Order: sequence, then C-alpha cells, then structure tokens
Amino acid sequence: MKGLDPQAALKDMLLAGLVALGLFAPLVGLRTDVSPTGALFIRTRWTDVAIIVGLVMAGRLAMHIFLARREARAAMADLSKPGRFATQAAFLARILGPVLLGVALLLPAIPGIGRYELDLGILVLTYIMLGWGLNIVVGLAGLLDLGYVAFYAVGAYSYALLAQYFGFSFWLCLPLAGILAAFWGILLGFPVLRLRGDYLAIVTLAFGEIIRIVLLNWVSLTGGSNGISGIPRPSFFGLPFSMEGGPGTFAGFFGIEPSPVHRVIFLYYLILALAMLTNWVSIRIRKQPLGRAWEAMREDEIACRSLGINIRNTKLSAFMIGAMFGGFAGAFFATRQGFISPESFTFIESAIILAIVVLGGLGSQIGVAIAAIVMIGGFELFRDLEEWRMLVFGAAMVLIMVWRPRGLVGSRQPTVVLRERRRIGSEHVAEGRG
Amino acid sequence: MAAPILEVDALSMRFGGLKAVDEVSFTAHAGDITAVIGPNGAGKTTVFNCITGFYRPTSGRLRLHRDGRATELQKLQGHDIARAGIARTFQNIRLFPGMTALENLLVAQHRPLMRASGFAIGAILGLSGYPAAERAAIARATRWLEATGLIERADDPAGALPYGQQRRLEIARAMCTSPLLLCLDEPAAGLNPRESVDLARLLRAIRDGEAAEGEPPCSLLLIEHDMGVVMGISDRVVVLDHGKKIADGTPAEVRADPRVIAAYLGEGDEDEVPAEAAP
Repeated sequence: MKGLDPQAALKDMLLAGLVALGLFAPLVGLRTDVSPTGALFIRTRWTDVAIIVGLVMAGRLAMHIFLARREARAAMADLSKPGRFATQAAFLARILGPVLLGVALLLPAIPGIGRYELDLGILVLTYIMLGWGLNIVVGLAGLLDLGYVAFYAVGAYSYALLAQYFGFSFWLCLPLAGILAAFWGILLGFPVLRLRGDYLAIVTLAFGEIIRIVLLNWVSLTGGSNGISGIPRPSFFGLPFSMEGGPGTFAGFFGIEPSPVHRVIFLYYLILALAMLTNWVSIRIRKQPLGRAWEAMREDEIACRSLGINIRNTKLSAFMIGAMFGGFAGAFFATRQGFISPESFTFIESAIILAIVVLGGLGSQIGVAIAAIVMIGGFELFRDLEEWRMLVFGAAMVLIMVWRPRGLVGSRQPTVVLRERRRIGSEHVAEGRG
Repeated sequence: MAAPILEVDALSMRFGGLKAVDEVSFTAHAGDITAVIGPNGAGKTTVFNCITGFYRPTSGRLRLHRDGRATELQKLQGHDIARAGIARTFQNIRLFPGMTALENLLVAQHRPLMRASGFAIGAILGLSGYPAAERAAIARATRWLEATGLIERADDPAGALPYGQQRRLEIARAMCTSPLLLCLDEPAAGLNPRESVDLARLLRAIRDGEAAEGEPPCSLLLIEHDMGVVMGISDRVVVLDHGKKIADGTPAEVRADPRVIAAYLGEGDEDEVPAEAAP
C-alpha cells in the first residue's frame, strides 16, 4: 500500500509554487497604468501574486492527498468484487429511492414550500423523466443518442398543434404525443441500425438538429421562431383551473378558495406520475426478455445474433420506447409552459439530458434521479454566483467524473437471481459501442 | 448410416480475388460429432462462418434437415439461422461479461420467453403467463449450469469467471437455444489437458443427450486445431487445405490418408499423392 510521501509532496508543491510565481509575477504582478498626469507608470500587485501562488500550492497539495488516498483504496479493493464505495452506494440506493419518493410525494404539503420551489420541483422531475427515458436507449441498449431532445420537441409540438388545429384536450393528446414521438423514434432508428459508437452519435445529433430546424423554418405550420402560444392548460379531469371559482371549475367543484397554486400543484403531481410511470416501465422491462436483450446487445451484439435475437427489432424497440417517454415529457412541457418555440429544443438540452444519464451511471434509475436533482437543482442553487455559475458547475461535473468515472451508481443489479444477489462491479459491464 | 442433419453442397466463398473456400461438400450426420480440421488458412473458419450465417456464401447450398424438412441456410439472415436450429460458440469467447452466468443463459432463451411475455406488452401489464415461463427457463438454465459444473457461479458476472469456465458457459448458453446442431469454434483452445478431457466428456454427453436432464441428443460440428482432441472425440473428420476438401472419413481413415499427412507435415509434390487416396 502506497501512502502519501510528505517530502515528495512538499517538494512538488514548492516546485508548482515556483512555476506559478514565474508565470504570474509578470502576468499579474506588473501592470502598466496611466497616471493622472498622463504618463505611463508600472503598478505592482504583489499581494495578488502571493494569493494566486498560495492557491496553486494548496491545490497541488490537495491533489497529492487525493491521489494518494485513491491509490491506497485501489490497493485494498478486491478486483473481483465491487469496491467499498459501490456496496455503500448500493445500500444508500436501496433506502434512498423510497425516501426520495416520499419527499417527492409530500413536497407540496411541506411548510415553506412555495410556488418557486414547486416550479423547480416540476423542472427537476421533467429532467428526471427525460433522463429515465434516455437511459433506456443509452444505459440499457448502449446506443449513444445525442439527439434525444428531438423526441421532446415532437411531443411538445404534437400537443401544441393538435390542440391548436383540432382542439384536442391534453388527456387525448398525451398518448398521441407519445405515439408520434415513438413513430419518429422508429424513423430515426432505421437509418442508424448499422452505425455504432461515434458514427451513431453524429447521426443522432444531426437528427436532433433537423427536427429543430424544420420546426424553425416551417413557418406556416409551426409559426417558426415565434413559436406557438396560447397552448391550452390541462384540466383536472375536465375541471379547469380558474380564478373565478365558478361551479364548473376545480376550486368551485371542491368548494375551496381559488388559488393559482392549485394548478402548479396539479402539474407537479402530473409530472411526478409521468416520471414514475417511466420508472416503473423501465424497471419492469429490464426484468423481461426484451430488457435483457437490450442489455445483452450492449454487451455483445454479435453474440446476440448467434443466439437468434433480432438486432434490428431490438434496437428499434429501444429507440421507440425511449422516444415515447420523451414525447410524453414534451407534451407535459407544452401544457406547462403554454408557449413553445424551437428555442427550447436546442442541442444543449440533449447534452444536459445525456450528462444526467452519464453522471448518474448508465442503466441506474436512482443514479439518474440523483444526477438530475444535482444538475438541475444545483444549477438553480448556484444562481447567486452569477457568471461564476457555469464555472462552478463545470468543475463539479469534472470532479464527479474523476471521482466516479462510471457515474454515481456504476454497478449493475442482476435482473434474476438463483441464490444470492450480488451487484456487478462496473469493470465488467460494457458501456456499449452501438 | 444415420440421417444427414447438415448438407454442405459445393460451398464456395470468395473474398475479392481470393477463393477462401472452393467447392467444398460434406455431410454432417445426426447424432455424430463432425470435425472440420486443416492447417492454418485452410478455410475452416470461413466454412464455419458461412454455416452460422456470419458470411453469405458466394455459391453453393447449405441444407439443414429438421423432421424430414430441409431449410436452405444460405437464404436466411443471421438471427434466423440461429432460430432454424444452429447454435455456435466463438473462438475468442463472446459472453455478456456484465451479466451473470444465469442471465447469459436466459438471454439464450429469448425467443420462447419473448413469446410468453406477449412481446413485452403483456408482461408489463401483468396479463400473460410469463412468470411460469420464466421459472421454466430458470430451471432449464440451472440444469445446464449443473451439467457444466458452473452452478456455484450462477450469480457471478460472466466476465469474472476463469477462462475454462467461460468456455463451458458459452457452450451451455449455445445449448439453451435448443439447437439441432451445435457448432464449436476451437473449443479446446487455451484449455489445459485436464480441462480438455472434461470438455471431450461434456461434448460426448451433449451428443448422446445425457449432459442435462430432459435435453434431446444434439449433433455437433467443430473446428479444431488440436489433432489429439479431434481424433479422440470425432465420429467423422473433414480435412480442408487451401480451401478444398482433401479428406473425409472416420478419424482412423483420415489419419492414414497421405494427403492429410502431406498437408500437415509440409507440402509434398502433388504428383506424389496417390490418386485413390482422394475422396
């Protein structure tokens, strides 16, 4: 076991400090300025230099301690078993899931939770749902999809257009949006059946952009960059949310004071239900031949073929089901916002959803949920840091990936057990090249 | 003589200008272990990949006989060949390393399970008789794990098993697809002598339908480099050299064939080979 060698670390720290001094003394320490008389003079800022050099040295030392600790841990861990952290994470995951669900169910009732917190909850749940949907494609089937936002857009525009042109209600449009998105999932699936890895990523990326650009340019149907506004809000099974409080409205029917929060609470529970549906379907499918075929395809496509598994249908089914949940989420997004435009469906959305899946751990439901809470919630939390927000956020992501290269929950839970349930360490699980 | 199970008829495979397999014909009989041998580059693996659907042959026919009906394999897609009754293993083992041994064997039973689950929709809604089908599939997988001596490792990821056990698991997985003909690509490669003996016993048991309870006899076709293993377990040996068949018969006949000796010990002059030795 190799621990921290204090002498070497100290020496390296001093060296780093020296390099930093050499660099920052001229860059930061010396500055030409214009004096009130108009002449140039050199202003020195040695305190700033000292602070920077100190920071560099401290950072270098921290890095040494971190690396030494990791090495020590790696030396202790038995390679055939998931690491100590994985077992801890597995235990945490078991109790964390129900706890998180309980908090999510009671959130609107918790004192101090206002409209802002509920809106944030809706946003986080939307991304959890999208993450779970993409997890089917990327995590289980191992198909790297960079254009997932396209299905989100298809779902949103399906609802908006069907409501605008045919006056369909939200509850009728929700399944239709899912079906249409699933159809587009199959359309995307066909041309990319033979592509793997990087090539698949590029084509799906292009697909996402094509959908957005069509929405942007087909002005006569979609309104182009002006988007679609006045999308009908959902009703509580036929009872609209209205401030008037008449007998036909939600507040009137239940005899309560009309309040704008009612609709927010309803939307919150709606997305919670949709997300839980996604979760439930994913978990159930995983324990079935179809889900096992997806995972087998991620592990080895050629072996799958030799066992008589139809790769084409299996891939298409993964694209289809993943896209369907993206479509549901899109319809929800449209009804929640009341206004959609192609602006909402840019590549960065796909990237965020994919980052949630990768950060959470490919194939792990609870990991994806935590990653969505951290990413979307954390993004809001850091709002006070203003322009530093992106930097803090990026650094946090880099740190997580250094610390847990296979995501927060990298180990895999077997779908069927003969005697003893053991988690499978991430070193055995393939990432998927398809 | 037993009924034919696989007829290879004038099979040719051309890669650009190279004729890897040239008009090869042979028959594998039901209940036999048929071995295809030959020196490096003889075209063994190409023949094998044509039979298992990984290559589409340039010309020739491959007929698989099941219950008196013949299936033309060269017209089928990869996964349909497996469904027609041909299972295979790979020279460089291709298991699903992140899945447990048991899961590997359940993936092999994908087709019957998929049908039982109502193509996933029924089972999600809890409508079909899927749990019973899954129990049956697990029971079958358990029998094969016992037959291959892997029952203790059932819940371990396949990637964590030692090499010899991975080889046996791959055979068990192939057998879980209920094949008529099991094709093995160098099954003894990388095994120590004791493991080779165990493997030979397992293959004979599979042929006679005694490997696992309730499993019907299964014919085998294997490619092997190691002459010792081949001569020990094969009922029939086909020898290829430079893409052509040079001998076909029982192990004793093949061993005595001067053409085979020439192919293995070094190329003699073609004229020295007596004409009657040709099949």
